[in-house]
Amino acid sequence: MNMKSRIALATLFVATTVACQAAGTITVKGSDTLVILAQKWAEVYMGKHPEVKIQVTGGGTGTGFAALQNKTTDLCNASRKIKAKEIATCVAAFNGAKPTEYKVAVDGLSIYVSVENPVKELSLEQLEGIFTGKIKNWKELGGNDAPITLYSRENSSGTYEFFKEHVLNGKDFASSAQTMPGTAAVLQAVAKDKNGIGYGGAAYGAGAKHLPIKPSANEPAIEPTEENVLGQKYPIWRYLYVYVNPALDKGEIAAYLNWIRGDEGQKLVKEVGYFPLPAQWRQK
Amino acid sequence: MQPQGKRPIGWMGIHRGHRAHPFEWLAEKAIFLVSLSAILMVLLIFVFVAREAIPVMFGRMDSALIQPIIPPDETDMHPPEKIREYLGLTKQQFTAMDKDIIRTLMEVKVDAQNEIPPSFRTDPDAKLNTTEWRYLLQPYQWTGYEKPAYIWQPVGQIHKYNIVPLFVGTLKTTAVGLLFAVPLAIGAAIYVSQLARPRAREIIKPTIELLSGIPSVVVGFFALLVMATFLQSIFGYQTRLNAFVAGIALSFAVIPIVFSIAEDALTSVPRSYTQAALALGASRWQTAWQIILPAALPGVFAAIVLGFGRAIGETMIILMVTSASEMSWSLFSGARSITATIAAEMGEVVRGGHHYRMLFLLGALLFAATFVTNMVAEIIMLRFKRRLEGKR
Repeated sequence: MNMKSRIALATLFVATTVACQAAGTITVKGSDTLVILAQKWAEVYMGKHPEVKIQVTGGGTGTGFAALQNKTTDLCNASRKIKAKEIATCVAAFNGAKPTEYKVAVDGLSIYVSVENPVKELSLEQLEGIFTGKIKNWKELGGNDAPITLYSRENSSGTYEFFKEHVLNGKDFASSAQTMPGTAAVLQAVAKDKNGIGYGGAAYGAGAKHLPIKPSANEPAIEPTEENVLGQKYPIWRYLYVYVNPALDKGEIAAYLNWIRGDEGQKLVKEVGYFPLPAQWRQK
Repeated sequence: MQPQGKRPIGWMGIHRGHRAHPFEWLAEKAIFLVSLSAILMVLLIFVFVAREAIPVMFGRMDSALIQPIIPPDETDMHPPEKIREYLGLTKQQFTAMDKDIIRTLMEVKVDAQNEIPPSFRTDPDAKLNTTEWRYLLQPYQWTGYEKPAYIWQPVGQIHKYNIVPLFVGTLKTTAVGLLFAVPLAIGAAIYVSQLARPRAREIIKPTIELLSGIPSVVVGFFALLVMATFLQSIFGYQTRLNAFVAGIALSFAVIPIVFSIAEDALTSVPRSYTQAALALGASRWQTAWQIILPAALPGVFAAIVLGFGRAIGETMIILMVTSASEMSWSLFSGARSITATIAAEMGEVVRGGHHYRMLFLLGALLFAATFVTNMVAEIIMLRFKRRLEGKR
């Protein structure tokens, strides 16, 4: 065997191994809210299908969409709906196709206050007043005579955006609101500050009190339990999404997407602390 | 002692008095190229940052919520150039697309306008281009506000991009950090270099320098959990996480830098100065304070400038300890620095969108600000040096 053919053979060998790897690898990128859940899914799925490799990274919903349109990721996790501008860039990159949206889980948002806080429940209207800075003292809500400290999330977080759109009805947060780098940090801060109030995933628990919320002033307050969130009684909840380039939505990727939206995948959603999809959105 | 006349040193040191060993010559050139590449790198970074910020700088972005719509069916009635601008595409992208893609893009554009909640359709703010300089720098009375305000809330239906609160936040935390760190660090440097016994010096110096090895995340975490509570119990202010706590935490990062450079400067003052001062009857303290410190002033000043650079550029500590884009000069209210803003928001922005460009504008402004302060500091240092050497 002369040198040339040996090199050619080696190249062929490398090329085939790379190709094989590429065929069996699914890359997932995006929302930090979803990253733990996505890792869990990937772990369990890879255990059952050893031929498939799934790589999960976070970085934020926006980063995920950027990667989706650059085709550096197959799936994009998102804690908010895709924006028109992002659809537009995807359309330009995907030859005219819009990315396909899949709902993959439900997340309920809790309102946290300190355990020492005597306030028992709040209405949505009061929440809007508190977080826009109109209500400044706990006294106005039947609590102690103490100023309210607001704990919010970074505006890059899907949770922040959701809360602003749906609880504050698009109004601005009070500028004195502290923006914390994660839900755990919000909880931590509220646990240490007896006049604090914050919001975050219902899955996070220890250290603070989750306040029941009244959808309007006359209705009874509702606890953020699974039953209430899935029954759409509890007023603050949202879907979590996965987006995919429709050209790639076949073979292994489609099988994986079906699996996470099926009963097995949805069982894991609960383990990680989010709420599983209602039956009509599931993959049968 | 100066040699008579300068030795000729030509381009890249080729015409030198002695002949270098070929290998040495090669190594020298390699190092020279590396240092050149550092300069190139700085330039490239600045060009990159500035390029991304330019559309916002010259008012070429439009962030208004309500935009005029061209119905997809009327695409053919308009000149292609107008459609291209309407869709925000580059010429290359536009020519590569077929009719169907253009049509889909036109439809997406209409969808986006239909998504706007009804309450914002009648809002006069929805028609404003909030990336104009007057909205970036001057207070403005937005709908729902009682008086004009400086608001940084880039996410939402109306994008509010006032950068003043961020600059104030950066200044507040940096000022507290330096006010706390500089006297401590320079005091420690004087003590260690002039007054301490060798034994004490051997312990103190490495210990302070070890402080710079602590990752800023750890410092931030410590400040968030322990220091914030401790300081609140002493001073009794209302906001637990504020610029003051962040500044103190920042000083942990600044102290080792200022200390080690100031200490070097103080130690490198010739021994004869001390000996002369002591021989003339000055006490050790007088010698340190009145002779050594003034002689080492350029170096000490350089230490402070570097400390300032570290403080203004530090991200993680401030991001963890406090982050409220509040327009307030009070040290005991929240603050949000420019660096923390960029770090926190870059991950989720739409690439090429106005928020993205705005963050790059912030980066460019920060770069410019540190560049100017460093330059001014360099000039002042030069003056100091001249005066000390009696050159005037």
